[in-house]
Amino acid sequence: MSIQIDKDICIACNKCSNICPGNLISTDNDSKAFIKYPQDCWGCTACLKECPVGAIKYFLGLDIGGSGGYLYTRNQKNHIDWHIVSSDNRKHHIKTKKDESNKY
Amino acid sequence: MLGQGHPHPANLKGYRGVTNLEFDIKTLETDVLIIGGGTAGCFSALTISENSNYKIIIADKANIKRSGCLAAGVNALNAYIGKDETPESFVEYVKRDSEGVMREDLVYSLAKGLNKVAKKLEELGLPFLKDDNGEYVQRGRGSIKINGENIKPILAKALEEKKNVLVLNNVNIADYLIKDGVVIGAIGFSLRENIVYQIVAKKVVCATGGASGIYKPNNPTFSRHKMWYSPFNTGAGYAMGIRAGAEMTSFEMRFIALRCKDTIAPTGTIAQGIRASQINSKGEEYVSKYGISTTHMRLYSTIMENLKGNGPCFLKTEGIISEQQGELFKAYLNMAPAQTLRWIERNTGPANENVEIEGTEPYIVGGHTASGYWVDHNRQTTLKNLYAIGDVAGGSPKKYVTGCMVEGEIAAMSIINTIDDTQTVKSDVCETNAFIQYFSHFFHNTDFYYTISEVEQAMQKIMDEYAGGISTGYMYNKTKLRIAANRIEELLKLIDGMRANNLHDLLSIFETLDRLYVCKVLIKHLETRKETRWKCYQENADYPFKDDQNWMKYVNSVYEDGIVKIVLRELVGRDKTYEHTD
Ligand SMILES: Cc1cc2nc3c(=O)[nH]c(=O)nc-3n(C[C@H](O)[C@H](O)[C@H](O)COP(=O)(O)OP(=O)(O)OC[C@H]3O[C@@H](n4cnc5c(N)ncnc54)[C@H](O)[C@@H]3O)c2cc1C
Ligand code: SF4
Ligand code: SF4
Repeated sequence: MSIQIDKDICIACNKCSNICPGNLISTDNDSKAFIKYPQDCWGCTACLKECPVGAIKYFLGLDIGGSGGYLYTRNQKNHIDWHIVSSDNRKHHIKTKKDESNKY
Repeated sequence: MLGQGHPHPANLKGYRGVTNLEFDIKTLETDVLIIGGGTAGCFSALTISENSNYKIIIADKANIKRSGCLAAGVNALNAYIGKDETPESFVEYVKRDSEGVMREDLVYSLAKGLNKVAKKLEELGLPFLKDDNGEYVQRGRGSIKINGENIKPILAKALEEKKNVLVLNNVNIADYLIKDGVVIGAIGFSLRENIVYQIVAKKVVCATGGASGIYKPNNPTFSRHKMWYSPFNTGAGYAMGIRAGAEMTSFEMRFIALRCKDTIAPTGTIAQGIRASQINSKGEEYVSKYGISTTHMRLYSTIMENLKGNGPCFLKTEGIISEQQGELFKAYLNMAPAQTLRWIERNTGPANENVEIEGTEPYIVGGHTASGYWVDHNRQTTLKNLYAIGDVAGGSPKKYVTGCMVEGEIAAMSIINTIDDTQTVKSDVCETNAFIQYFSHFFHNTDFYYTISEVEQAMQKIMDEYAGGISTGYMYNKTKLRIAANRIEELLKLIDGMRANNLHDLLSIFETLDRLYVCKVLIKHLETRKETRWKCYQENADYPFKDDQNWMKYVNSVYEDGIVKIVLRELVGRDKTYEHTD
């Protein structure tokens, strides 16, 4: 379980490193973020939801059944857009509304 | 030193380590210090701030907006007095599920407050599912449906607006400050700057959650932190209490979760939400073969089916309609997104394939079982002026989110009622300096051939093999526990020689140190209970049966002079107002 940050997209806002509950994200010389302790990621997605530009990819390790797909999010005012790219590169989109309760 | 099992850092006064202090000291004085701004800590602070003008400091190792168990969100409110239920019937349910050994008095006082805190969450902005009459919709008899993705940001925001609350994010508390047996504050270090925080308070509330990472996890390699319980709740609150001589209860009642294979995502959403049954590889529903369906028996039956060669076991979801599948995708995104990714990245889902399940490694967590501080009716510990709430507090299983909040409220009201009689006590300069020297010395240690991460892994392997981890089907015996106890002592002695290169390393050293203290106490508790009370949670191979004649009692302990001393206590009844007397 871990994340990867795309430096080309990152705008060096530091929001992800401020939020990670495990203090796992650091910044390099140009203030862009990177995950310093990839094996210690819990997979909570707190950093993804903070990122204003969708620079963070979330993936499953091979040891827990990862097969090359990944997920990224855009946190909007009233909903979250979840973009999932499957291992054969198909794109899926799920929207979860913030004011709507779980059915289960 | 701390690492070598001495009772409390007051003994550090004579420590002749390096004198070069690299940390600045910040001393803060407050009325109430809350250690850990998770569910319980945040709600306790909110209650105090809404009912008084007392000054409150919350110190959290992370950022309270997403710290602790609920970083990803919460699925449902699992402790609620539903239709046709009463606080009395809630106590009976928890009692049955806990095989009779729990604090009925604590569960009862908590049960009476559950629905009120649920309402409060709604007022704060958490979305609840309601029926046509405006009533909350239940999921099972004592659980209600919500959207809990945003629960931590909501709690944190409520506190932001309070003038008498100061939040210190990214400050790891290392130990209590104690004077004449009374807790007078705590000491910790920033994870961002070279600052040691010394916080003195009239009342201290411990709300650091339970302990994960004690045992070798399901996924010990790259995804070692893909576990159920938060890998960042490392038992700090237990360890601080142990070192200070607080009485602890029921560590032997470990919690082992039944979870979706690999992603370790919750199963209740599927099991209760769409009423999926547990089946083995032959398609047989197996749980009822093993007796009544309590939480631990649903787990035990799964372990047994695997041992008999009938695994893997599944939740039977094949054939659900696509609308149900879509709702499950969303429900998991709102609390355990890895599971939705796992389905969709392979272009599949629960409608096409049953969901494989497995048991996790054992955790010590007082919000699910009864392990933690021994507290009185106000949630005060046996150490004067120290309270314990939430997963770190013992005696009261199945408290979950709402129960943790009620405990926060009970402690808050007791604090408000008694704080005026309490004086702030200045901390001892020598003690503070000794702590700072202790923190600094790790930066001066030369490189060792062992790293702190290796110590942690060694601990997890020892606990797995000798203290009832996954690899032994959760069983242990006396001979194995002796080996575990000796090995844990060896590891504790290595801690002081560890090298830290940065503040994150220092954090890792303290996390491992704290876990080792939890192991020490846990092993003693497992050894003491000479019966098997809870299958998997506490399965003593030397005594494979439940023994009501001799063991309808609590196993408690106090750490004194480097030794874990056992105290056996009689059960406390539902209507008792329990005070610490001896
Ligand atoms: C993955 C998961 C899902 C769950 N789902 C549900 C659910 O659907 N429904 C339900 O009712 N219950 C659920 N629970 C249970 C519930 O979340 C917990 O019982 C509850 O959140 C515990 O509250 P707490 O305040 O004791 O701990 P936490 O909320 O974990 O807070 C502990 C805090 O202490 C901080 N801390 C730890 N050590 C230190 C230190 N040394 N110094 C400073 N700060 C420190 C942490 O950063 C954290 O903020 C779930 C638990 C987990 C782990
Ligand atoms: S997913 Fe969670 S644990 Fe992992 S890096 Fe992001 S915030 Fe940290
Ligand atoms: S939140 Fe996103 S943009 Fe901001 S530092 Fe992190 S990765 Fe970069």
